[in-house]
Amino acid sequence: MKILNEANINFLSRSSNESYARMATAGFFAQLDPTVDEISDIKTAVSEAVTNCIVHAYRNTLGKVYLTVRILEDRTAYIKIRDRGCGIDDIKQAMEPMFTTAKQEERAGLGFAVMQAFMDKVTVRSAPEKGTTVVMMKKLQARGDD
Amino acid sequence: MVKLEEKENGLTAYLSGDIDHHTAGEIRELIDSKAEQVRPQTLNLDFKDVTFMDSSGIGLVMGRYKLMQSLGGKVAVTNVSAHIRKVMILAGLDKLVVIKK
Repeated sequence: MKILNEANINFLSRSSNESYARMATAGFFAQLDPTVDEISDIKTAVSEAVTNCIVHAYRNTLGKVYLTVRILEDRTAYIKIRDRGCGIDDIKQAMEPMFTTAKQEERAGLGFAVMQAFMDKVTVRSAPEKGTTVVMMKKLQARGDD
Repeated sequence: MVKLEEKENGLTAYLSGDIDHHTAGEIRELIDSKAEQVRPQTLNLDFKDVTFMDSSGIGLVMGRYKLMQSLGGKVAVTNVSAHIRKVMILAGLDKLVVIKK
């Protein structure tokens, strides 16, 4: 699909940047005039993906999180979140609802389930010790005025 | 982030702002230390002023559910927005605690 617009940011895996990543993403997609529901869905999905980088990929360390947001044809929002952290051994297991390796921190194990529920498409690529890339897409509703 | 009030019907935690992984830890500690001291029949979690919540909020509610079980009490969730309700239902929280609008 053709890329109509794009922005890239990267930030340290500090938990205070979770809110920054959500706000930056929401700010970028504001130009599509999304509904309140759509923007809440997108913010929640981004929050889950970024939290995974901080809690899991860079556990006990600090690293960079790379966020790419794009507007594709047909009002499609594209979001890519990449880290160079520890990677995921078993992606299928990691994506199972309630599976978590951080139970003692009260992580519910629902990050990927939320991303899948709130976005149209979620793909995860990962290599141990190399990092993980999550790509999410969501087609926004047509607005009457365009 | 959280204001705690003791009432006749239990302990109420008025949550506010964004609930994410960054803020959940401190909210949890504040609620737990008060709840362990007061040992209320019911812990009310009021979401009226919550502006955002991701699955960290699910962990927060489930953890308080377990704490209240160990204290012999229960948890009630009130004033949830449509979006927060959506996240809670996805997690099946409605099977554990009463969620009131």
